[in-house]
Amino acid sequence: MERVVPKKTYTVVWITLMCLTGLTAGLSFINLREWSTVVAFLIAVAKALLVAFFFMHLLYEKQKVVWIWASVGVFWLSILMVLTIADYMTRGYLRVPGK
Amino acid sequence: MSDASDNTALVARKELNLHSLHEHYETLDQQQESASLGMWVFLVTEVMFFGGMITGYTAYRVAYPEAFRAGSVYMLFMAGTLNTAVLITASFFVALAVHMARVNNRKWLVICLSIAMFLGIVFLSIKGYEYWDHWVEHKVPGRTFQWSGPDKRHAELFFVMYFFLTGFHALHMVIGVSLLAVITWFAYRGRYTPEYHNPVENAALYWHFVDIVWIFLYPMLYLIGHKHI
Repeated sequence: MERVVPKKTYTVVWITLMCLTGLTAGLSFINLREWSTVVAFLIAVAKALLVAFFFMHLLYEKQKVVWIWASVGVFWLSILMVLTIADYMTRGYLRVPGK
Repeated sequence: MSDASDNTALVARKELNLHSLHEHYETLDQQQESASLGMWVFLVTEVMFFGGMITGYTAYRVAYPEAFRAGSVYMLFMAGTLNTAVLITASFFVALAVHMARVNNRKWLVICLSIAMFLGIVFLSIKGYEYWDHWVEHKVPGRTFQWSGPDKRHAELFFVMYFFLTGFHALHMVIGVSLLAVITWFAYRGRYTPEYHNPVENAALYWHFVDIVWIFLYPMLYLIGHKHI
């Protein structure tokens, strides 16, 4: 049987998630130039980790293999994104001979 | 007297647990672990499903940042922010529901699931209102799409991304609400015990995953063009 997580933990996580939502919404009114996207992304990552660790009970997970799958999801996603974006961003760097 | 009724309840619970254990598992614990692992593997495939669309979005946003910013101005900022809060709150109640299933509180399990379901429907209603607004404003890609600013083609691309991402997310929400409806019914019928409630645990995992997807969609779509000077 799973470990019972106290209601208080869920409540604190919920309040934190609401505050982070308010923060990211408020920050969108301030011009941080190129940092706007980075800050919004980092806040989203923090929120996602809170949901995964506490609401999805990853922090309390006994099975190591669940941790492996969760990490694998992030790893595959990063392969998909990093390599694809690296291609698109560097296409203009070199001239194509004959063009 | 209460001892006798407690005893009857315990016997009924054992009976129910025995009935819930499938023959290829040794114990309910083992069955729960398998179910949970299976759900996580499925969620990884879902990460890749949304990941493909998000990668497409990123590639085009890197290529046409101005058009994407201009398109994002037409997002309903308040509706999107409210929906984020609604979804996070729904996730909170789903997490509470899991707690209630684990401590064998049937009444509050049903209440928490019902609140989460209601909030899911609220989310979809607000999303529907936004879609209606985009339709009226001629911001749905296709023949009716109208654009007064420069780079109409790539502004339209932003809306293609927007409708695909939020559309598939909304589809997942519909599935999530339907799952909760079935589980609420079974919970109401007293189908779950602290030893056996895999469906509650797994539906919760699914719901939280869909919440995480929205946590990323919200800044991607709503917060990039907003009143920046």
